[in-house]
Amino acid sequence: MSATTAPAWTKPQQQANWLVRLFDWKPFLAFACLLPAAGLLLVFLTYPLGLGIWLAFTDTTIGRSGYWVGIENFQYLLEDPLWWNAVFYSVFYTGIATIGKFALGLWLALLLNNHLPFKSLLRAIILLPWIVPTVLSAIAFWWIYDPQFSIISFLLVDKLGILDNYIDFLGSAWPARFSLIAANIWRGIPFVAISLLAGLQTISPSLYEAALLDGSTGWQRFRYITFPMLMPILAIVMTFSIIFTFTDFQLVYAITRGGPVNSTHLLATLAFQRGIPGGQLGEGAAIAVSMIPFLVFATLFSYFGLARRKWQQGEGND
Amino acid sequence: MATVEIRNVRKAFGPVQVLHGVNVDIADGEFVVLVGPSGCGKSTLLRMLAGLENITSGEIAIGPRVVNNVPPKDRDIAMVFQNYALYPHMTVFDNMAFSMKLAKAPKEVMEQEVGRAAKILGLEALLQRYPRQLSGGQRQRVAMGRAIVRNPQVFLFDEPLSNLDAKLRVQMRAEIKELHQRLRVTTVYVTHDQIEAMTMADKIVVMNGGHVEQVGPPLELYDRPANLFVAGFIGSPAMNLVKGGPGEGGFQAEGGAVLPLPQSARGEASIYGIRPEHIQLREDGIPATVVLVEPTGSETQVVARIGETPLTCAFRERVTARPGETIRIMPEMGLVHLFESGSGRRLAA
Repeated sequence: MSATTAPAWTKPQQQANWLVRLFDWKPFLAFACLLPAAGLLLVFLTYPLGLGIWLAFTDTTIGRSGYWVGIENFQYLLEDPLWWNAVFYSVFYTGIATIGKFALGLWLALLLNNHLPFKSLLRAIILLPWIVPTVLSAIAFWWIYDPQFSIISFLLVDKLGILDNYIDFLGSAWPARFSLIAANIWRGIPFVAISLLAGLQTISPSLYEAALLDGSTGWQRFRYITFPMLMPILAIVMTFSIIFTFTDFQLVYAITRGGPVNSTHLLATLAFQRGIPGGQLGEGAAIAVSMIPFLVFATLFSYFGLARRKWQQGEGND
Repeated sequence: MATVEIRNVRKAFGPVQVLHGVNVDIADGEFVVLVGPSGCGKSTLLRMLAGLENITSGEIAIGPRVVNNVPPKDRDIAMVFQNYALYPHMTVFDNMAFSMKLAKAPKEVMEQEVGRAAKILGLEALLQRYPRQLSGGQRQRVAMGRAIVRNPQVFLFDEPLSNLDAKLRVQMRAEIKELHQRLRVTTVYVTHDQIEAMTMADKIVVMNGGHVEQVGPPLELYDRPANLFVAGFIGSPAMNLVKGGPGEGGFQAEGGAVLPLPQSARGEASIYGIRPEHIQLREDGIPATVVLVEPTGSETQVVARIGETPLTCAFRERVTARPGETIRIMPEMGLVHLFESGSGRRLAA
């Protein structure tokens, strides 16, 4: 050991410049990182939404900026049979279409989850109705539902002879309502099926093997394993599906435009009808705003009722 | 409880043969371990026994009944999976009671049976928890509880300890063995860990490449391995296997060493096997150069070279030698194993 000791020396503290210090300051950094996303949301989401809500409380028409009228528009809507009709059909359309989409989508997902030849090709084909632009498929359905050239009528009457007369799909209220629901189900199945298929694939095959050894039948495996384990993803997909269906516009507008005699108006098509062709921007906006409570309710229902289960959480709960 | 007979069982996945005619007889109440390296077909054989894979040819009988075409639920077996396969959305109680729930058993019976199994495994306090809230060892126990509740003829274990840490593995190993001694249910246990096989089994089935290499009690496999594969697979650290042939004064190794041969040794021996723990330090031993010293506390493992032939040795005594130094070692003559090089067969020494 030598007796000499090193002279005391410490690394001089480097004085960072103000810019570096600013970016090291957490609140500023958080603000700077949030800015781009927040900006986009403000411009493209908050502004149109805010404008829509504001318009709903005015009597604006096209070409004339309106005055604040408070809840007058909404009071008017409550007495408007057409609005009630649209509320009814929106709920009915959403309800029946969701049930149909989920029953068929789940069935399809279960089928696709099996080992099938050309599995990936089949899965790609399943997605087609969802990839095709809605208006395009709506026009196809318009033809399918045509009173004179409908392929369904052609098959049932001319080829199979089951019916005597061509079906008038879109000519009267209830057939038109169900025809639109069928079109919506057709369009919505791929989304449900592919999402649920993804959910199915996260279920470990060994659970099914364990259940097989535990003596389960096929139905019991679905009832006790598949269904409860699919529940979380089912809830999320259902929330999205309900929102998309309730706010649907394209299918209805392209096929019936709300007719016959306004019987197939959804809130979205009615809002457009009043606001743009009808010119009553304030009233149209009020109809659009009236969808919000329904959507909030549907979201909350899915969120609290279905989404998160105790078994998915990690710690605690003992 | 039941016997299990596996007769000339073959399995092919398409053109790939994974089992080439396997024969194993399992006595009533026996604990049999299927052991072998990954891909040797041991798990496949277990899954065939469970009914999760079909049998390409041959027969499997549980008790007097051939089960080839019996569905899994009617085979009266219970299986513990490698990943436990606990139902994540059910509590421990529901997991264990699931088979009875499917059979529509009354609630009192379920509570009684689950209570019994929970008591055996010390799970009483955990019955209302979800699998997520359990540690690895607890999950393992629940998986066993689910099997016990079934009261099966045969327990099947598919590498049940491979997801646990080393310490817990030793503990659960003892628990499973103790459980077997208490319940005396025929058990088939698959593992790739030869220590698990040695410590737990009544009978070990060593498998390799879809063939059974040897069947026997653990110590018989250790003492008299039937071939090179078993010799190298059973025992840790692995047996030294030295190539060469009989020469002047003993066994002439390819690396130049001359190792002592037992008197009875026949001429055709071409592989010389000696376990590390059967090499002694002796004053009159063969000089060997130390390459590596690994003290484990209870013993010291030393790799030493005689000529160019490296030998792993395990000494009970503390060895102070450093790499490069010379020690004198001597294989225990009676514990030398000799093998044919072509077939790898053991030569009766």
